[in-house]
Amino acid sequence: MDIQLKRGLLDVCVLAAIQNEPSYGYKIIKDMKPYIELSESTLYTILKRLEATNMLTVQSAEHGGRLRKYYHITQNGIKRIAEFKEDWKEILSIYKFVMKGDGMHD
Amino acid sequence: MTKMQFLLSLHDKLTGLPRDEVEQRLNFYSEMIEDRMEEGLSEADAVAAAGSIDDIASQIKADIPLAKIVKEKIKPRKNRKGWQIALLAVGGLVWVPLLIAAAAVVVSLYVSVWALIASLWGVFAALVVCAFAVTVFGIAFAFSGNVYTGLAAMAAGMVCAGLGIFLFFGCREATKGAAWLTKKMVLAIKKIL
Repeated sequence: MDIQLKRGLLDVCVLAAIQNEPSYGYKIIKDMKPYIELSESTLYTILKRLEATNMLTVQSAEHGGRLRKYYHITQNGIKRIAEFKEDWKEILSIYKFVMKGDGMHD
Repeated sequence: MTKMQFLLSLHDKLTGLPRDEVEQRLNFYSEMIEDRMEEGLSEADAVAAAGSIDDIASQIKADIPLAKIVKEKIKPRKNRKGWQIALLAVGGLVWVPLLIAAAAVVVSLYVSVWALIASLWGVFAALVVCAFAVTVFGIAFAFSGNVYTGLAAMAAGMVCAGLGIFLFFGCREATKGAAWLTKKMVLAIKKIL
């Protein structure tokens, strides 16, 4: 898959993993696992990028006697997911046309 | 391997990278290992699930911009003793010119590769302009009575257009190759640093 496209998709996947409630690194990987395998290094890079673009914020909270970082989605992040859903409709319609094109040769 | 051994080993592999960046990464991995252990994994299994330290270190190095690594390298360190400063000053007579020479080689390589690409695209642009101009002149000649000269000019225009099309694909591949080479070069420099 095209690297830029994959990067964009993974960003939205991580945002989706925290859209209902704040989450932490390990849980994000675990929640995404049935759909897409993500390495910890990759997740770190995505989280940093999303933080730098104000799509999420990070807050440390005490958990079991240690600090754990929780990632909270921002309005920008919610907007990004909404944009993705809109974009996807367009992509799906293009996909349908491409698939129809395969049948045109018959 | 224990969590502490893993983190120390990773820390060693990341020597020379920006300190705050290394600290944040180590905290991230530490948290991940602790979360796995909380879920019931043994310490050794939780560490093993993080993956190979070499792979992690290489990916971290690839992620951090080269400029940030270089900045960290040339940042003056505090608490240096007098003899260390003296040694650095004397050693500097040797390694500073060497460092400048190495940087010059890298920069000249980079510039020459991209200059070559730019000149290839220049030739392509010239062929396109020639093809267009010569064909127009050819048509003008043909209509003004010099039919043979006009036809010859139009044929030359066609040849230029044909060469231009061939060169376009060559230029495109060469640009891709140069981009790949530049990326590899940056990664190699990061490894050395």
